Amino acid sequence: MDVKYYLRERFFPHMWCAGCGHGIVLNALVRAVDGLGIKKRDMVMVSGIGCSSRISGYVDFHSLHTLHGRALAFATGVKLSKPSLNVIVPMGDGDALAIGGNHFIHAARRNINITALVMNNRTYGMTGGQFSPLSGVGTKATTAPYSNIDREFDTVELATGAGATFVARTTVYHVKQLQSLLKKAISHNGFSVLEVLSQCPTYFGRKNRKGSAVDMLNSFKDGTVPVGSKKKQDNPELIERGVFVDKILPEYCEAYAELVERATAK
Amino acid sequence: MSKKITFVQGNEACALGAMYAGLDFYAGYPITPSTEIAETLAVMLPAAGKKFIQMEDEISSMCAIIGASLTGNKVMTATSGPGFSLKQEALGYAVMAEIPCVVVNVQRGGPSTGNPTHVSQGDVNQARWGTHGDHSIVALSASNHQDVFKMTVEAFNIAETYRTPVILLFDEVIGHMREKLIVPEEGEIPLVARLRTSLKEGVNYHPYLPREDGRLPMSDFGDVHRFNVTGLYHDMWGFPTDKPELVQELLRHLIDKIENNVHKMTFYKSYFLEDASTILISYGSAARSALSVVKQRRNRGESIGLLELNTIWPFPAELVRECTQHADLVAVVEMNVGQLTQSVKLAVGTQKRVHLINRLDGQMIIDKDIKRILRILQGRGI
Repeated sequence: MDVKYYLRERFFPHMWCAGCGHGIVLNALVRAVDGLGIKKRDMVMVSGIGCSSRISGYVDFHSLHTLHGRALAFATGVKLSKPSLNVIVPMGDGDALAIGGNHFIHAARRNINITALVMNNRTYGMTGGQFSPLSGVGTKATTAPYSNIDREFDTVELATGAGATFVARTTVYHVKQLQSLLKKAISHNGFSVLEVLSQCPTYFGRKNRKGSAVDMLNSFKDGTVPVGSKKKQDNPELIERGVFVDKILPEYCEAYAELVERATAK
Repeated sequence: MSKKITFVQGNEACALGAMYAGLDFYAGYPITPSTEIAETLAVMLPAAGKKFIQMEDEISSMCAIIGASLTGNKVMTATSGPGFSLKQEALGYAVMAEIPCVVVNVQRGGPSTGNPTHVSQGDVNQARWGTHGDHSIVALSASNHQDVFKMTVEAFNIAETYRTPVILLFDEVIGHMREKLIVPEEGEIPLVARLRTSLKEGVNYHPYLPREDGRLPMSDFGDVHRFNVTGLYHDMWGFPTDKPELVQELLRHLIDKIENNVHKMTFYKSYFLEDASTILISYGSAARSALSVVKQRRNRGESIGLLELNTIWPFPAELVRECTQHADLVAVVEMNVGQLTQSVKLAVGTQKRVHLINRLDGQMIIDKDIKRILRILQGRGI
């Protein structure tokens, strides 16, 4: 396939640091869209603010680069007003789950057919390495110089609890799985959440002595296991990858169409 | 829609005006004293096959209408004081990204929670400068339900014409008061439709390149033209830029498209101004009391008049200057500490003193309040 067909070359070079994992997500994303055969004019990318959010400008889709944390709220307006569009919302961990936490849980509760992509690098990269709600206790950040005391969210559990009907997780090391989960998430009829562990060697890596980008990628390989793996029972520290929730419940825009039928029935 | 005489709340008049203007999509969050706008539209929009959504908060309501505007819809949200504060960041986004939308603020007492069920006009300057950064804004007001309806329609027209958010600055008394409304017939108030680009697929479309007349044709999300929309400084493609000349050009454009067209978006009413030596200037529900005083005093032969402003921002300075040039006494009647009085003073100049007649206790300013202060200003003693 021709990756460049999906990119806005005028926008390049991209602004991500050397070794950043987000480019891998971009690559997997356009391959997933290509694999699904969705036309570019039917794709909308809505993003917030942060390193992750810049992904929307690089692709040749309709792109809406919005406010910090509010991408899902903008996306809800796009999707409900024109349900025929495919709406993907790439967000960072702080963007999605700190400032945008309210919109995240409510979009999940509504089960509106939007794909939320949480690119989790456990830090606020754009502002220079502060701790995020996914950094975790004991990590170091520019705003946690004495090590972090803030407990972290589990994105998968949060999304599941809030009612998302498709919930999955993978890492940028597992590129093939990333592509396949992206396809599933985009195809899913309802609110889908895909958490992608992505490395930030510049800030999270440096502050927490995680080594180079390659070292961090290897830690994704070694620190994760497929869902339901026996290894996880032996070592609870391991992070599970795969599909956690995949169910069909009434989708919001379809439910709204039924509501209109009731309202217009004389 | 045939001519229909109704007896409604101002909030209902606003909802009816929005439907008349072709509202496609409403997102909102419950807040007193604007909730009836959402409640009315929750009935009317689905029945018209259009979209209504109650969002999780004020911020998301503002964001959702911006998203819905980009797919080609006429959109609106409504709120009050605290909710208006919460919407400011996204309001600025709509200014920057040039998204047509209408934001209703039915003003209540503030700051903070203030008094949800009592009246105030304390958000006049927040409407002007509430969001950060240099910008211009449009805000309209009304003192009766016929004008609430009309100004709501005009708000949509201005939003579409200039690709800008428009604020409807109503107040609690107007929102909750019931009075007669004659719903105009279809076509009675002209409507401005979304201006879409005529460029075909494959032809370079620039979403942020103004035409010669200053207007910027849009293209709906989902249509053939794909472009970037951002709150960052951007070029004609919508791509982020920090080139000084482009930044300057963008900011000037955002301000000039409003400020250079003040006359085209100025709505006002004048009562007995021709020979008036005393001129009251007012807007919203306060203008009702001001008009009452003017009529009473006119009956007694006093040369007094009223300029009622329906357009608050951009401030019609020229109009105010012209109307007041032969007056001996100018007084602004408003329910705040003189938020519009400041702009009137600037417009009138230093030769004349401009006075404030106000009330600041959550109560409606009535004719007696105005007359009491007028007596002092006119040197008639207390």
